[in-house]
Amino acid sequence: MAEVKPAARPLSPHLQIYRWSWTMAMSVAHRVTGTGLYLGTVLIAAWLVAAASGPAAFDTAQAIAGSLLGRLVLFLYSFSLIHHMVGGLRHFVWDMGKGYEPETRMNMAKFTLVASVSLTVLVWIVALVLR
Amino acid sequence: MLSNSSMRTPLGRVRGLGSAKSGTGHFWLQRVTAVSNLILTIIFIGIVIALVGRPYPAAVALLSNPLVAILMLLFILSACIHMRLGMQVIIEDYVQSEGAKVLAVMANTFFAIAIGAASVYAVLKLSFGG
Repeated sequence: MAEVKPAARPLSPHLQIYRWSWTMAMSVAHRVTGTGLYLGTVLIAAWLVAAASGPAAFDTAQAIAGSLLGRLVLFLYSFSLIHHMVGGLRHFVWDMGKGYEPETRMNMAKFTLVASVSLTVLVWIVALVLR
Repeated sequence: MLSNSSMRTPLGRVRGLGSAKSGTGHFWLQRVTAVSNLILTIIFIGIVIALVGRPYPAAVALLSNPLVAILMLLFILSACIHMRLGMQVIIEDYVQSEGAKVLAVMANTFFAIAIGAASVYAVLKLSFGG
Protein backbone atom coordinates (compact mmCIF):
# COMPACT_ATOMS: atom_id res chain seq x y z
CA MET A 1 0.00 0.00 0.00
CA ALA A 2 1.49 3.25 -1.05
CA GLU A 3 1.20 5.93 1.55
CA VAL A 4 -0.73 8.96 0.54
CA LYS A 5 1.62 11.90 0.73
CA PRO A 6 0.32 15.41 0.81
CA ALA A 7 1.05 17.26 -2.39
CA ALA A 8 4.18 19.40 -2.22
CA ARG A 9 2.66 22.79 -1.84
CA PRO A 10 4.60 25.83 -2.94
CA LEU A 11 6.23 27.66 -0.05
CA SER A 12 6.75 31.35 0.17
CA PRO A 13 10.29 31.95 -1.12
CA HIS A 14 12.71 33.07 1.54
CA LEU A 15 15.76 35.34 1.50
CA GLN A 16 18.23 32.96 -0.20
CA ILE A 17 15.98 32.55 -3.26
CA TYR A 18 16.17 36.15 -4.41
CA ARG A 19 18.90 37.90 -6.34
CA TRP A 20 20.46 40.48 -4.04
CA SER A 21 19.53 44.06 -4.73
CA TRP A 22 20.48 47.30 -3.01
CA THR A 23 17.09 47.76 -1.40
CA MET A 24 17.08 44.18 -0.12
CA ALA A 25 20.63 44.49 1.22
CA MET A 26 19.84 47.74 3.06
CA SER A 27 16.63 46.28 4.44
CA VAL A 28 18.52 43.29 5.84
CA ALA A 29 21.24 45.65 7.09
CA HIS A 30 18.58 47.67 8.93
CA ARG A 31 17.52 44.58 10.87
CA VAL A 32 21.09 43.41 11.47
CA THR A 33 22.23 46.82 12.72
CA GLY A 34 19.10 47.12 14.86
CA THR A 35 19.85 43.77 16.47
CA GLY A 36 23.47 44.81 16.97
CA LEU A 37 22.41 48.04 18.65
CA TYR A 38 19.97 46.08 20.83
CA LEU A 39 22.72 43.76 22.09
CA GLY A 40 25.19 46.63 22.34
CA THR A 41 23.03 48.45 24.89
CA VAL A 42 24.41 45.91 27.39
CA LEU A 43 27.82 47.53 26.87
CA ILE A 44 26.47 51.09 27.19
CA ALA A 45 24.60 50.18 30.37
CA ALA A 46 27.70 48.41 31.75
CA TRP A 47 29.84 51.46 30.95
CA LEU A 48 27.38 53.83 32.69
CA VAL A 49 27.12 51.55 35.73
CA ALA A 50 30.94 51.39 35.84
CA ALA A 51 31.09 55.19 35.80
CA ALA A 52 28.56 55.28 38.65
CA SER A 53 30.51 52.65 40.62
CA GLY A 54 33.69 54.69 41.03
CA PRO A 55 37.13 55.42 39.53
CA ALA A 56 38.45 51.83 39.63
CA ALA A 57 35.49 50.34 37.74
CA PHE A 58 35.47 53.28 35.33
CA ASP A 59 39.18 52.89 34.55
CA THR A 60 38.64 49.18 33.86
CA ALA A 61 35.75 49.98 31.53
CA GLN A 62 37.81 52.66 29.77
CA ALA A 63 40.75 50.26 29.38
CA ILE A 64 38.45 47.64 27.79
CA ALA A 65 36.87 50.25 25.51
CA GLY A 66 40.33 51.55 24.53
CA SER A 67 41.79 48.13 23.69
CA LEU A 68 42.03 46.99 20.07
CA LEU A 69 39.00 44.72 20.40
CA GLY A 70 37.14 47.42 22.32
CA ARG A 71 37.78 49.96 19.59
CA LEU A 72 36.66 47.50 16.91
CA VAL A 73 33.39 46.93 18.78
CA LEU A 74 32.98 50.68 19.26
CA PHE A 75 33.59 51.27 15.56
CA LEU A 76 31.04 48.64 14.54
CA TYR A 77 28.59 50.01 17.11
CA SER A 78 28.95 53.58 15.86
CA PHE A 79 28.55 52.38 12.26
CA SER A 80 25.43 50.39 13.20
CA LEU A 81 23.99 53.40 14.99
CA ILE A 82 24.56 55.74 12.06
CA HIS A 83 23.49 53.18 9.46
CA HIS A 84 20.26 52.48 11.35
CA MET A 85 19.68 56.22 11.69
CA VAL A 86 20.20 56.97 7.99
CA GLY A 87 18.15 53.88 7.06
CA GLY A 88 15.41 55.16 9.32
CA LEU A 89 15.30 58.43 7.37
CA ARG A 90 14.29 56.37 4.31
CA HIS A 91 11.40 54.95 6.30
CA PHE A 92 10.25 58.49 7.15
CA VAL A 93 10.20 59.26 3.41
CA TRP A 94 8.20 56.10 2.71
CA ASP A 95 5.84 56.83 5.62
CA MET A 96 4.93 60.05 3.86
CA GLY A 97 4.00 58.03 0.77
CA LYS A 98 7.00 59.17 -1.25
CA GLY A 99 10.08 57.51 -2.71
CA TYR A 100 8.54 54.28 -3.99
CA GLU A 101 9.69 54.65 -7.62
CA PRO A 102 12.27 51.96 -8.58
CA GLU A 103 15.02 54.44 -9.32
CA THR A 104 14.37 56.49 -6.18
CA ARG A 105 14.38 53.34 -4.03
CA MET A 106 17.72 52.20 -5.45
CA ASN A 107 19.28 55.65 -5.07
CA MET A 108 18.08 55.96 -1.47
CA ALA A 109 19.47 52.51 -0.66
CA LYS A 110 22.86 53.39 -2.14
CA PHE A 111 22.79 56.74 -0.35
CA THR A 112 22.16 54.91 2.94
CA LEU A 113 25.42 53.00 2.61
CA VAL A 114 27.53 55.90 1.30
CA ALA A 115 26.18 58.35 3.89
CA SER A 116 26.53 55.97 6.83
CA VAL A 117 30.12 55.00 5.96
CA SER A 118 31.10 58.67 5.41
CA LEU A 119 29.41 59.87 8.60
CA THR A 120 30.99 57.09 10.67
CA VAL A 121 34.47 57.95 9.39
CA LEU A 122 33.76 61.65 10.01
CA VAL A 123 32.64 61.00 13.60
CA TRP A 124 35.79 58.99 14.29
CA ILE A 125 38.05 61.66 12.78
CA VAL A 126 36.38 64.31 14.95
CA ALA A 127 36.66 62.07 18.03
CA LEU A 128 40.34 61.29 17.42
CA VAL A 129 41.24 64.91 16.67
CA LEU A 130 39.49 66.21 19.80
CA ARG A 131 40.92 63.73 22.27
CA MET B 1 -15.15 52.84 1.56
CA LEU B 2 -16.62 49.91 3.40
CA SER B 3 -19.83 48.67 1.90
CA ASN B 4 -22.92 47.95 3.92
CA SER B 5 -22.29 44.24 3.47
CA SER B 6 -19.10 44.47 5.60
CA MET B 7 -18.96 41.87 8.38
CA ARG B 8 -17.45 44.46 10.70
CA THR B 9 -19.72 46.08 13.24
CA PRO B 10 -20.04 49.88 13.22
CA LEU B 11 -18.48 49.95 16.72
CA GLY B 12 -15.49 47.91 15.52
CA ARG B 13 -15.04 50.26 12.61
CA VAL B 14 -15.12 53.31 14.88
CA ARG B 15 -12.64 51.82 17.31
CA GLY B 16 -10.29 51.05 14.43
CA LEU B 17 -8.30 48.49 16.39
CA GLY B 18 -8.42 45.71 13.78
CA SER B 19 -8.18 41.97 14.40
CA ALA B 20 -5.10 42.24 16.61
CA LYS B 21 -7.04 44.59 18.95
CA SER B 22 -4.16 47.02 19.27
CA GLY B 23 -4.63 49.16 16.17
CA THR B 24 -1.64 51.16 14.99
CA GLY B 25 -0.26 51.73 18.50
CA HIS B 26 2.89 49.68 17.99
CA PHE B 27 3.60 51.21 14.57
CA TRP B 28 3.00 54.76 15.74
CA LEU B 29 5.12 54.49 18.90
CA GLN B 30 7.92 53.03 16.76
CA ARG B 31 7.77 56.14 14.54
CA VAL B 32 7.50 58.61 17.44
CA THR B 33 10.56 57.10 19.13
CA ALA B 34 12.34 57.00 15.76
CA VAL B 35 11.94 60.78 15.54
CA SER B 36 13.12 61.33 19.12
CA ASN B 37 15.98 58.84 18.60
CA LEU B 38 17.14 60.80 15.56
CA ILE B 39 17.58 63.94 17.65
CA LEU B 40 18.82 62.25 20.83
CA THR B 41 21.28 59.94 19.05
CA ILE B 42 23.06 62.91 17.48
CA ILE B 43 23.30 64.45 20.96
CA PHE B 44 24.46 61.13 22.44
CA ILE B 45 27.25 60.82 19.83
CA GLY B 46 28.30 64.37 20.75
CA ILE B 47 28.38 63.50 24.47
CA VAL B 48 30.44 60.36 23.83
CA ILE B 49 32.90 62.32 21.67
CA ALA B 50 33.21 64.89 24.46
CA LEU B 51 33.96 62.07 26.92
CA VAL B 52 36.73 60.43 24.85
CA GLY B 53 40.01 60.41 26.74
CA ARG B 54 38.69 62.26 29.77
CA PRO B 55 39.94 61.17 33.19
CA TYR B 56 37.34 60.01 35.73
CA PRO B 57 36.64 63.31 37.53
CA ALA B 58 36.18 65.18 34.25
CA ALA B 59 33.94 62.41 32.82
CA VAL B 60 31.79 62.43 35.95
CA ALA B 61 31.61 66.22 35.89
CA LEU B 62 30.29 66.14 32.33
CA LEU B 63 27.77 63.33 32.95
CA SER B 64 26.48 64.98 36.10
CA ASN B 65 25.76 68.26 34.36
CA PRO B 66 21.95 68.55 34.58
CA LEU B 67 21.44 69.22 30.87
CA VAL B 68 23.71 66.32 29.84
CA ALA B 69 22.08 64.00 32.39
CA ILE B 70 18.53 64.87 31.29
CA LEU B 71 19.44 64.35 27.62
CA MET B 72 21.07 61.01 28.50
CA LEU B 73 17.91 59.95 30.38
CA LEU B 74 15.71 60.89 27.42
CA PHE B 75 18.03 59.01 25.05
CA ILE B 76 17.92 55.90 27.23
CA LEU B 77 14.12 56.01 27.53
CA SER B 78 13.54 56.62 23.83
CA ALA B 79 16.09 54.01 22.70
CA CYS B 80 14.79 51.31 25.07
CA ILE B 81 11.16 51.75 23.92
CA HIS B 82 12.22 51.76 20.27
CA MET B 83 14.45 48.69 20.55
CA ARG B 84 11.79 46.75 22.43
CA LEU B 85 9.27 47.40 19.64
CA GLY B 86 11.80 46.57 16.91
CA MET B 87 12.97 43.34 18.49
CA GLN B 88 9.34 42.30 19.06
CA VAL B 89 8.73 42.52 15.30
CA ILE B 90 11.84 40.41 14.59
CA ILE B 91 10.71 37.80 17.14
CA GLU B 92 7.19 37.69 15.69
CA ASP B 93 8.66 37.28 12.20
CA TYR B 94 11.09 34.46 12.93
CA VAL B 95 9.94 32.54 16.03
CA GLN B 96 7.24 30.20 14.79
CA SER B 97 6.17 28.17 17.81
CA GLU B 98 3.56 30.07 19.78
CA GLY B 99 4.99 29.22 23.23
CA ALA B 100 8.54 30.21 22.35
CA LYS B 101 7.24 33.37 20.73
CA VAL B 102 5.32 34.47 23.83
CA LEU B 103 8.34 33.74 26.04
CA ALA B 104 10.72 35.57 23.70
CA VAL B 105 8.46 38.63 23.51
CA MET B 106 8.26 38.62 27.31
CA ALA B 107 12.03 38.22 27.69
CA ASN B 108 12.45 41.09 25.23
CA THR B 109 10.36 43.34 27.48
CA PHE B 110 12.36 42.29 30.55
CA PHE B 111 15.62 42.98 28.70
CA ALA B 112 14.57 46.46 27.59
CA ILE B 113 13.36 47.39 31.08
CA ALA B 114 16.48 45.98 32.77
CA ILE B 115 18.82 47.88 30.43
CA GLY B 116 16.77 51.04 30.88
CA ALA B 117 16.63 50.73 34.67
CA ALA B 118 20.39 50.06 35.02
CA SER B 119 21.29 52.97 32.76
CA VAL B 120 18.85 55.41 34.39
CA TYR B 121 20.10 54.38 37.85
CA ALA B 122 23.72 54.99 36.80
CA VAL B 123 23.01 58.43 35.29
CA LEU B 124 20.94 59.53 38.30
CA LYS B 125 23.58 58.29 40.76
CA LEU B 126 26.28 60.19 38.86
CA SER B 127 24.28 63.38 38.62
CA PHE B 128 23.14 63.31 42.24
CA GLY B 129 26.75 63.23 43.35
CA GLY B 130 27.99 59.63 42.95
